[in-house]
Amino acid sequence: MSEDIATEEDGTTPSKQDTVTQPARPRSSRDLLRSGFGRNLGLVVALVLLCVVGVATAGDTFATGANVLTILRLAAVIGVVSVGMTFVITGGGIDLSVGAMVALASVWATTLATQQLAADYHWVFMVTTALVVGAACGLVNGLLVAYGKIVPFVATLAMLASARGLAEIISDRKTQIITVNSFTDFFGGSLIGVPVLIWIFLLVAAAGWVLLNRTTFGRRTFAVGGNAEAARLAGIKVQRHTVALYVLAGLCCGIAAVMLMARTTTGSSTHGQLYELDAIAAVVIGGTLLSGGRGTIGGTVFGVLIFTTLNNVFTLNNLSISAQSVAKGAIIVIAVLLQQRLARRSTGS
Amino acid sequence: MTGLLNMTGIVKEFPGVRALDGVDLDVRAGEVHCLLGQNGAGKSTLIRVLTGAHQPDAGMIRINDEPVQLNSPTAAIQRGIAAIYQELDLVPELTVAENIFLGHEPSRYGFSRTHEANTKARAILQGLGHAEIPVHRTVGSLPAAGQQVVSMARALSREARLIVMDEPSAVLDPEEVSNLFRVIRSLTDSGVAVVYISHRLEEIREIGDRVTVLKDGATVATGLDARRTPTKELIQLMTGRSIEYVFPPRNEVPDTAPVVLEVVDLSRPGEFAGIGFGVRAGEILGLAGLVGSGRSEVLETVYGARRAATGFVRVNGAVLRPGRVQDAVKAGVGLAPEERKSQALLLDEAVFKNITVSTLGRFASSGFLNNRAEREAAGKLALALDVRPPGVDHPVRNLSGGNQQKVVLARWLLRDCRVLLLDEPTRGVDVGARSEIYALIRELASNGVAIVLVSSEVPEVLGLSDRVVVLREGRAVHTGPAQEIDEHQVLDLVMEGSA
Ligand SMILES: Nc1ncnc2c1ncn2[C@@H]1O[C@H](COP(=O)(O)OP(=O)(O)OP(=O)(O)O)[C@@H](O)[C@H]1O
Ligand SMILES: [Mg+2]
Repeated sequence: MSEDIATEEDGTTPSKQDTVTQPARPRSSRDLLRSGFGRNLGLVVALVLLCVVGVATAGDTFATGANVLTILRLAAVIGVVSVGMTFVITGGGIDLSVGAMVALASVWATTLATQQLAADYHWVFMVTTALVVGAACGLVNGLLVAYGKIVPFVATLAMLASARGLAEIISDRKTQIITVNSFTDFFGGSLIGVPVLIWIFLLVAAAGWVLLNRTTFGRRTFAVGGNAEAARLAGIKVQRHTVALYVLAGLCCGIAAVMLMARTTTGSSTHGQLYELDAIAAVVIGGTLLSGGRGTIGGTVFGVLIFTTLNNVFTLNNLSISAQSVAKGAIIVIAVLLQQRLARRSTGS
Repeated sequence: MTGLLNMTGIVKEFPGVRALDGVDLDVRAGEVHCLLGQNGAGKSTLIRVLTGAHQPDAGMIRINDEPVQLNSPTAAIQRGIAAIYQELDLVPELTVAENIFLGHEPSRYGFSRTHEANTKARAILQGLGHAEIPVHRTVGSLPAAGQQVVSMARALSREARLIVMDEPSAVLDPEEVSNLFRVIRSLTDSGVAVVYISHRLEEIREIGDRVTVLKDGATVATGLDARRTPTKELIQLMTGRSIEYVFPPRNEVPDTAPVVLEVVDLSRPGEFAGIGFGVRAGEILGLAGLVGSGRSEVLETVYGARRAATGFVRVNGAVLRPGRVQDAVKAGVGLAPEERKSQALLLDEAVFKNITVSTLGRFASSGFLNNRAEREAAGKLALALDVRPPGVDHPVRNLSGGNQQKVVLARWLLRDCRVLLLDEPTRGVDVGARSEIYALIRELASNGVAIVLVSSEVPEVLGLSDRVVVLREGRAVHTGPAQEIDEHQVLDLVMEGSA
């Protein structure tokens, strides 16, 4: 960021005749509003408003440290899924199978055989299983989309159905209790007073941010989502890149599965129900363009926090799930409308 | 000079069309090799074969006498081939610097080095004479000419041995074209070969060394001297007939003809100020000026697509509310915009649907469309404009660049406008079809339409219009009959103070 500002000053020598562009405008508060920070500002305001409502309606229970940790712990799982989703959507795709992948990974990682292995050696076996299952499903998604030329919506819809089906077959529709204590102890524990699950979420979000904004991989993701043909002509291996994006999303689902296993101490084919909708909603209100080419991890994190806090406020006030859904829908519409206005202003004219 | 690239017998078929049917091309290091051919002759397709974007069905490509297989853009890039495509191939959401280095970003351990990219991008833009383009602006917010410059910068950023330029000058004005030529010369001096495509013969004479002519997907002549081959011969080779490159005779516009369009003291801060002119029925008014002089902005403001800060527009005596396109449309004003591809075309729809889309009412009765009437009307225009391949049922996506232009122009010509605003009507259109378009525009005028014409090509403005307004930096610096001013005077006027 600071780099950008530095270059802006020494950069544009005033030209004799400004035929092509207006000169770079000085940085003003409006410019700041237009920047990524500005886009997230709306989300910050929304989150703060929600908190105010929370404090006003359920102050004594809402504003406690324990409740904040509860919110964060709930946000952590869907948050990790949403980070993966941000990559796929920024790259011009969509992944409807995330919830199903979480379920399958959780089931596969908690079969008797895997748990036995974990009990005999190390819980790492359970984690690895979940990650490999997630990444493998993502790989299948990616191959179908990139090389099979199946539209992402359809390919991942198929994965949604089959992954959950497979999870049901493996688990025989039974909830698999985790008996490996070292696993639950580690992931259920805390580090410097903060639960491990929240640390994982923070790590994934930070890594996601760096990957998207600071690496060639991230840059190419924007290019592939913004104009795939241009990316191809520029020598980017668009198909391979697309596969990588879906694998990344699958991997995130594997991580989320591990976290969910720790939180519920079970693996189940019903885990991750409707995660795809929650994740897409969080990504979209965060400011990532559903048509690809623009995406922000920060926005996604805020999106997740907003939805989870909303959940929490409604639950504390004993309001129904249905009322929650209505509020969610309203938030999505309002957020997207606001963003479109900001986006229009930031493109000038 | 040694043979750098040698392509022989290249064939490329699309479903139903043989776009290339045995093309030969040989390019030497350090030369500017021009490709000439009518719209749809296969130039862009050949280029896409060369850059690995299309796979040829037959033929052989040799680089430095070594047979190569260019089965992906990456393969071509690795062999030192870079291209500026006719269709801008930029990612609108990325910044200028990011676009320039797309696919080969300065990076270390996979981390992109933004600062280095910005610095290098700035240096390349400077070399192109465009230091003013901010490298961290998103490309989507740049005007067309700026995007073209970014596209050129991108090709230069690869250290290529062969750079292909597919109509790079179409959106540039004369000064920018001379910038481009300066860059091309310094490239060829260092041994880089350039393949240059343009429909403007003057450019080919100025920058070209040798010419290859394509017709209907085959090479009809190769190795012609770019400077000495007579224009007549080139046109004969391209079109198979001889076409006189002339403008249709002007009509006498009587002083009694009503002033249909009146523009009074129109201003938009930062764009243009104090613009005023009147156009009579049957008159063609030309707006000359550099890209960025405010020409297109004036047109868009007259049309209501931009809101005037001061001044007003009157059509047949009635004032249009500023910033209201519906008002303009109702009053019979039509605008054929400059950025046709992005603003106007339904790429996957058939040619005739694209032509009739803004006049649907005429082909419908109680809501049902009469497809036959649509096809007929569209077909007549397509024929007049020489849209190739003939027929109106192909999806527009499969047409060549120039033919797509003709389709959009046809749409506006079909509409019964009382005032027609034409922004660059012949961009990318070949020599043959140009005269047809000129004739059509003149015919509209004789039917009483008031026409405002914007073009980067000064001879076109002077040859076609009755009166010209010369714009510089958003101000009218000259207004007068087109016959009383010549190209040099106009160029002096538009460049004055900027040299
Ligand atoms: N993807 C495609 N599918 C079908 N036909 C195509 C496709 N691309 C090009 N064509 C056809 O191939 C022929 C050659 O097109 P090309 O774009 O190479 O012409 P061009 O010489 O570049 O013309 P212009 O001067 O208008 O740019 C045209 O008849 C065009 O309709
Ligand atoms: Mg072409």
